[in-house]
Amino acid sequence: MHRIHSHRVLAEKIHEFWIEAPLVARKYRAGQFVIVRTHEFGERIPLTVVEADANSGRIRLIVQEAGKSTILMCRLQAGEHFLDVVGPLGRATHIENWGNLVAVCGGVGTASLLPIVRAAAAAGNSVYAVIGSRSKDLMILEDEFRAACKEVRVSTDDGTYGIKGFVTDVLRQWIEQGQKFQQAIIVGPVIMMKVAAALTKELAIPALASLNPIMVDGTGMCGGCRVTVHGKTYFACVDGPEFDAHGVDFQELILRNQAYRNLEERALHGLLDKGCQLTAQLEGAKHA
Amino acid sequence: MPDGTAAPKKAKRERVPRVKMAEQAPEKRIHNFEEVPFGYTEEQAIVEANRCLICKRPKCVDGCPVNIDIPKFIAQIRDGDFLGAARTVRATNSLPAVCGRVCPQAEQCEVLCVEGIKHEPVAIGNLERFIADWELAQGQIALPEIPPPTGYRIAVVGSGPAGLTVAGDLAKIGHDVTVFEALHRPSGVLAYGIPEFRLPRPVVKSEIEYIQRLGVKFVYDVVIGVTVTVDELFEQGFHAVFIGTGAGLPRMMNVPGENLVGVYSANEFLTRVNLMGASRDGYDTPVRLAKHTVVVGGGNTAMDAARVSLRVSGNPVTLAYRRSMEEIPARREEIHHAIEEGIKFELLVAPLEVLGDERGQVKAIQCIRMGLGEPDDSGRRRPEPIAGSEFVMECDTVIVAIGNSPNPIIPRNTPGLEVSKWGTVVADEATGATSRPGVYAGGDIVSGAATVILAMGAGRKAATAIHEYLQTLPKP
Ligand SMILES: Cc1cc2nc3c(=O)[nH]c(=O)nc-3n(C[C@H](O)[C@H](O)[C@H](O)COP(=O)(O)OP(=O)(O)OC[C@H]3O[C@@H](n4cnc5c(N)ncnc54)[C@H](O)[C@@H]3O)c2cc1C
Ligand SMILES: Cc1cc2nc3c(=O)[nH]c(=O)nc-3n(C[C@H](O)[C@H](O)[C@H](O)COP(=O)(O)OP(=O)(O)OC[C@H]3O[C@@H](n4cnc5c(N)ncnc54)[C@H](O)[C@@H]3O)c2cc1C
Ligand code: SF4
Ligand code: FES
Repeated sequence: MHRIHSHRVLAEKIHEFWIEAPLVARKYRAGQFVIVRTHEFGERIPLTVVEADANSGRIRLIVQEAGKSTILMCRLQAGEHFLDVVGPLGRATHIENWGNLVAVCGGVGTASLLPIVRAAAAAGNSVYAVIGSRSKDLMILEDEFRAACKEVRVSTDDGTYGIKGFVTDVLRQWIEQGQKFQQAIIVGPVIMMKVAAALTKELAIPALASLNPIMVDGTGMCGGCRVTVHGKTYFACVDGPEFDAHGVDFQELILRNQAYRNLEERALHGLLDKGCQLTAQLEGAKHA
Repeated sequence: MPDGTAAPKKAKRERVPRVKMAEQAPEKRIHNFEEVPFGYTEEQAIVEANRCLICKRPKCVDGCPVNIDIPKFIAQIRDGDFLGAARTVRATNSLPAVCGRVCPQAEQCEVLCVEGIKHEPVAIGNLERFIADWELAQGQIALPEIPPPTGYRIAVVGSGPAGLTVAGDLAKIGHDVTVFEALHRPSGVLAYGIPEFRLPRPVVKSEIEYIQRLGVKFVYDVVIGVTVTVDELFEQGFHAVFIGTGAGLPRMMNVPGENLVGVYSANEFLTRVNLMGASRDGYDTPVRLAKHTVVVGGGNTAMDAARVSLRVSGNPVTLAYRRSMEEIPARREEIHHAIEEGIKFELLVAPLEVLGDERGQVKAIQCIRMGLGEPDDSGRRRPEPIAGSEFVMECDTVIVAIGNSPNPIIPRNTPGLEVSKWGTVVADEATGATSRPGVYAGGDIVSGAATVILAMGAGRKAATAIHEYLQTLPKP
């Protein structure tokens, strides 16, 4: 059992948790993730570790309400518990001295990139970032990015903040203004990663993408997390989650991530129909 | 060999046919996950036990990887001494209720049975299951007398049959054992791989409880090599480490279309259903409800995947295997049950490509028919494609069950641990000793994917060797 030390809402449907997981906190390096289960009937959910404090034994997770499991998770309060937390899983980001690194992120992927940005800056890189979100209210972690980066530019789909448009528009403009990047790292919704990977390829900037396929065990046992990179199959949980963005078959990833779409929607509708039963269900699960 | 190992005076005794276990009817059981055979009643067990010749030179014992004293326990059943029989079995087999159900008896003990030369072999597996179930039904399994704590601490990595055996054996002699398991539940393949209709969960649960009552501690959600390394286990004061991490890396087919939506490894499909409860009400993990499943492979894993998909989806399942019924490696009983349940067998068939629709969903599998050529290294005739025999089977789900490789996490993260070119940990066959002092290994991680009983046998040998190794260390 892993006690929730704190729970805070960062933006609509985006929650931050600090939870007790001393073994993970001690070993964690930027780029790694955990798999959690919140209750006995729950799924195993992969989540990036955004930050770890080995002294207090706590890790920081940032979760977006996407479907049933994450909605239920986000109902948990400080003092309550996550049932299982296993990790740190996946390979840590291989941080080099690239020179100018640009971090391109969108949505909750911003949270996954923060530790990498910090580690890259600590390793002597000049780090720049482009953060995208649908709207100003949904922008997260901007201050923390500004603290670690030389410069941060933002875009929103609706133009309520920064440039109206997509992260790729910002990136292209930045480069057209003469900015040079030796390396890019991309994390966000798969469709965003796909477009950003194509742009960096066009601009001949080497790029890494952190992939988020559907996972079960996270230890290489099931192969559910298969991704294709440069025509070869990899298990993202043990071989990744980061890969050469220019080789990733993003279309395949988009389709694979929709594998349970209908079943998941059914689970969600069941949940919403029941509305007020939600808390009851969670209570039941907690005591099972 | 000459007929007549049996005492001649017994030759005249009335010949009783092998007692069959009653089973759930196929048309009923394909709608549930309850166990297929019901097991013997006491009367049936005694009738079957009476068929045993209680040979002076029994062959069956040689076929048993842990050399259970088979004639002894059968004689005890015959005489109604069930407690004695249970003790005899447990003396060398710490998971009898599991082995009675899943061991390949038809290739191990029963194939060598003397009675089987002319007639049907004694149903050794059924009797083993009977006596283990009888023991469980009595309530808690009686604990052996455990000597005072020795103070030595052993870390067991992986809670499959190999790890459980080592843990139980070492705890019984007073050592302090902790099992580290990567998943959130114990027992390895017994939990995530083998379905409930072959191995009911309460059976596994009571075996685990017994091992816990022996004093073994279980720690879940710890991936050794990642969360904690083998070196750190020693730093934390463990005196010896046993690695029993199994063969958990699914092999894929390497054909086009393999990553389409609807292609599963058997491990993923079975884990979703068995470990995560995907087919049960109230559990959140989803699984596909197939309209037609094609399972590729012919081992126990393939049979399990096929029969689970049948139960989950209620729709037809076809099994494609590249050799013939003669070479098929699954337990006979499982093949028989699968056929009864209506699984269609496409034998001498190999996959060429999985075909998908515009949404990336599986819509068919293209296969080719095979002929059998000269024997290969395994002594089985090599399947060879027959040119021009390609054909397409429509389906929406493909489950790949063509084998598992050793789990690479520990080999990758343990300096100084010798690993073979197949990725297995190199260990001494008699002791399980690895290239690192104090580190032992056994089960599928050493042998490659094998069987429950071989994993247990390896665990037993390693436990003995670890105990001997501990005696060479300073007293804790
Ligand atoms: C390595 C890794 C790190 C991740 N880190 C984070 C993180 O830090 N914060 C965070 O909020 N999420 C993260 N995710 C995604 C998160 O695991 C999924 O959002 C979650 O599993 C969805 O579960 P659910 O039951 O709530 O939603 P579901 O009902 O399962 O899904 C809701 C919708 O999301 C889609 N979906 C399902 N799984 C995924 C997935 N893995 N990625 C993208 N879409 C998916 C479904 O098709 C569906 O349309 C990460 C995923 C991976 C693989
Ligand atoms: C579907 C299926 C059906 C089968 N049917 C039969 C049958 O009918 N009869 C038969 O005899 N055999 C059968 N087998 C084979 C048999 O189950 C295996 O040979 C046996 O389980 C091997 O035991 P093991 O202890 O070596 O490993 P496993 O049972 O694989 O257990 C290994 C355990 O180690 C854990 N682990 C792995 N890495 C780590 C790590 N780094 N840190 C911590 N824990 C870790 C795993 O999560 C797992 O729990 C079947 C196998 C499968 C997959
Ligand atoms: S089981 Fe068969 S081989 Fe073994 S003692 Fe009985 S008759 Fe002999
Ligand atoms: S999640 Fe199962 S192998 Fe990667």
